[in-house]
Amino acid sequence: MNFKLTEEQELLRKTVRDFAENEIGPKAAEMDEKEDYDWSLWDKMADMGLTGIVFPEKYGGAEMDYVSYALAVEELARVDASSSVVIAAHTSLCSWPIYAFGNEEQKQRFLVPLAEGKKLGALGLTEPSAGSDAGAVKLSAVADGNDYILNGTKTFITNGGKGDIYVVVVSTDKAKKHRGTAAFVVEKGTPGFTFGKKEHKLGIRASYTYELVFENCRVPKENMLASDGDGFKVAMATLDGGRISIAAQAVGIAQGAYEQALAYSKIREQFGRPISANQGIQWMLADMHTRVEAARLLTLHSAYLRDAGEPHTKESAMAKLYAAECSMWVTVKAVQIFGGYGYSREYPVERMMRDAKITEIYEGTSEVQRIVISNSILR
Amino acid sequence: MAKGILVFAEQRDGKIKKVTYELLSAGKKIASQLGEEVSAVLVGKGVSSLAGGLGEYGADKVYVIENDALENYTTDAYANVVADLVKQNEPTAFLLGCSITGRDLAAQVAQRLNTGLLTDCINVMVENGQIVFTRPIYAGKAIINAAIPEARPVMATIRPNVLPVDEPQAGKSAEVVNVPPNIGNVRITVKDVIRQVSARPELTEADIIVSGGRGMKGPENFKLLEDLADVLGAAVGASRACVDAGWVPLSIQVGQTGKTVSPNLYIAAGISGAIQHLAGMSSSKVIVAVNKDAEANIFKSADFGVVGDLFEVLPVLTQEIKKLKA
Amino acid sequence: MKIVALVKQTFDSEAKIALEGGKIGRQGISLIMNPYDEYAVEEALKLKEKNGGEVTVVTVGPDEATEAVRQALAMGADQGILVNPGTEDIDESTVATILAKAVSSLEYDIILGGFRAIDDGSAQVAGRVAEILNLPVVNMVTKLEADGGKAVATADIEGGSAVMEVPLPAVITAQKGLNEPRYPSMKGIMQAKKKPLKKMGLGDVSLDASQVAAKVKVLNYSLPPARAAGKVIPGEPAEAAAALAKALREEAKII
Repeated sequence: MNFKLTEEQELLRKTVRDFAENEIGPKAAEMDEKEDYDWSLWDKMADMGLTGIVFPEKYGGAEMDYVSYALAVEELARVDASSSVVIAAHTSLCSWPIYAFGNEEQKQRFLVPLAEGKKLGALGLTEPSAGSDAGAVKLSAVADGNDYILNGTKTFITNGGKGDIYVVVVSTDKAKKHRGTAAFVVEKGTPGFTFGKKEHKLGIRASYTYELVFENCRVPKENMLASDGDGFKVAMATLDGGRISIAAQAVGIAQGAYEQALAYSKIREQFGRPISANQGIQWMLADMHTRVEAARLLTLHSAYLRDAGEPHTKESAMAKLYAAECSMWVTVKAVQIFGGYGYSREYPVERMMRDAKITEIYEGTSEVQRIVISNSILR
Repeated sequence: MAKGILVFAEQRDGKIKKVTYELLSAGKKIASQLGEEVSAVLVGKGVSSLAGGLGEYGADKVYVIENDALENYTTDAYANVVADLVKQNEPTAFLLGCSITGRDLAAQVAQRLNTGLLTDCINVMVENGQIVFTRPIYAGKAIINAAIPEARPVMATIRPNVLPVDEPQAGKSAEVVNVPPNIGNVRITVKDVIRQVSARPELTEADIIVSGGRGMKGPENFKLLEDLADVLGAAVGASRACVDAGWVPLSIQVGQTGKTVSPNLYIAAGISGAIQHLAGMSSSKVIVAVNKDAEANIFKSADFGVVGDLFEVLPVLTQEIKKLKA
Repeated sequence: MKIVALVKQTFDSEAKIALEGGKIGRQGISLIMNPYDEYAVEEALKLKEKNGGEVTVVTVGPDEATEAVRQALAMGADQGILVNPGTEDIDESTVATILAKAVSSLEYDIILGGFRAIDDGSAQVAGRVAEILNLPVVNMVTKLEADGGKAVATADIEGGSAVMEVPLPAVITAQKGLNEPRYPSMKGIMQAKKKPLKKMGLGDVSLDASQVAAKVKVLNYSLPPARAAGKVIPGEPAEAAAALAKALREEAKII
């Protein structure tokens, strides 16, 4: 057993922490308020190589491990959950499936600019009537010569609208259900591919969430990842890795809220002493700290398993389930410790509480994670 | 045999800097305990007329080093002539002000004389026949007492505006000794000097400082501070947040990465009181905080606090002080 | 251009200082590269980008100070040298002597450092190094151009700033405002471990303990007395402001 981070992982953590605190922190509240992301931050993250942490150098990445990636996402989320989801969705949901399932030509064409941060990526999976049930996608792709014609919509697409490159899961043969699915790479600007409404959300308000609309959108066959019939497989494998980054995001939000509450409890005085002198507050802080630490260990363990090439479907589901619920619980407590100030936008904990909720929902709700875990242990 | 306390008499544009008097008073105090004399070294061009006046502040002897090449401070020329003088006279201690010049010169002279140097001291005393200096470290979060037991001279720079100035003794003159300079090798050429023109006192020497923070909301609002500063004869300072936002120049930043100040009165408006800011001003004698956030950390260090919007408080404060002073 | 950057590892500026056994405690303190030295490293990298050449980072400190050197390597420096003096009884003359010895074995056109460290704030090590190596020094530089045989530096002086020209090699110390240090990139972090980092002791730079004995002796450490919180003047803003003016005159007798 060795729980010590490597020298590189320590330096990465420190670097991303400094960056998040200095560059993102001062903008987080305003971006949330305006429901808009300051994309100059994206350019800075690209310069630092945060846009391609886990990919090989030959594809423009930093060739770091998933533990490093999880640490980076956590540190971003500790300051601003929206920034962490921009990176997480870009990396885990778009760049990764192209890396894992794309051919060499596709990697050169799509993965390299994604990893270098020249392009922003997104995944089109969820539909009005298909989310975690990836086999039920309705967006149809019909072969026409050397192309496919796409028709249908995708909803709640993170990085939608702003994204340049989309991995889109489609149905090529409804009768075959999930075996009749495929995954395509579609670029922004392709005729017939437009954006619907922008979602206005409870939390992660700075990140873009859009509807994708495909109307007779012609996509060449060479944009298909893996083979016809592999769409479901691509989606499932992508979600496996995605869970680690959402778990890391949840840990980061919780850590940020815990630190805010800890600091505030020491300076806020009531009845002539800091509120941290009250056992009621002390126990809350102890529980918050313990849960965050437990969530982090589950998260880093699942990242470690992935780095070791071991199965981690169950572990990453456990990490996401626990970290998300921890994040919600801890942020609610943090608002409570701040009292009235916690409910006001003067302090960041109310934003953190709103941001935390999404981690229990996207990339598989907590209920879906329980299905994954129970399927695994009852098999 | 080392003897005497030597003080660097800092002058600029023909005017002796206040820290020089502070050094002479401190020098006199320790010299009398050690049974030694206090002398000063005055360097520049056409500065000999200033030498006599140093006697009133306690200098028994003033070494004057004059040369055209010494008109503007350069590290090389000043280090050459001052190190030569110190070598010849072998004082027990050589004290300088911890100004930009004093700090720069002290390091070069200390190394040339192969001795120790204590920077930015806030007190000096004699204990068991040894000169002991007090200096803050970790931006004022800890304090050390330190000495230089063997190497001579003992060298230190003293923070301006902290040590008291004794009442000058009118008519007391100092023996003036003109020292022919050997300017030596000067490798640095000064191409241009840009003076910051301000009618207000310099931050590190000011008796009163009016300082603004993030709560000022923008550079246009510094007028409120300037108005208050004008009625008080104060300098204007700012926290790092204002400098980072580009509202005010770095030269007026107070704090760990800016200036360290010790005025009699420090008025902090819209400053939350981050530890880095406190590092630069917590040795002020009286601190006043104006902040609308009653929880702001600055109130923990303030002698007087007003919880309220600075945009309402400052204009009234300016008017009231004007009335009191009328 | 052969560029040397002198760096120091310091406590984080937000570190809480406590005494342990009469000395400054190191427990639970996170360590960083002295922020002024970050400016020096950034400027070194900029000079390299403009003029070509290589950047060598030199530090004196315990083995854990390698973290600061690795950070500089991750930012883009080419190689690092750490000299561990093997004792905590060191002062500025000790450090300058060791640094100068380590640097003298290198080729250099310019030596950069922070003008002071945020821990002891001594602002004398780089100047001493210049003196030992018989080089000119320009302190508190906010703008630097260096090529061929000279450097032109804008530096803080008493009451303003000055533009100075100095022949190379020279020592230049960085003041805040010189630049915005870059963050190490992820690739930089991965490459840093492959770059040469020499760890040495006093003997490796041909010094012995007697040559670097500290001249300054610390007699004791203490924590500053906490400032007692004063009084908050009650009332509406205008009312309180008037009361404050009165208190400053009559109670504090300061205006």
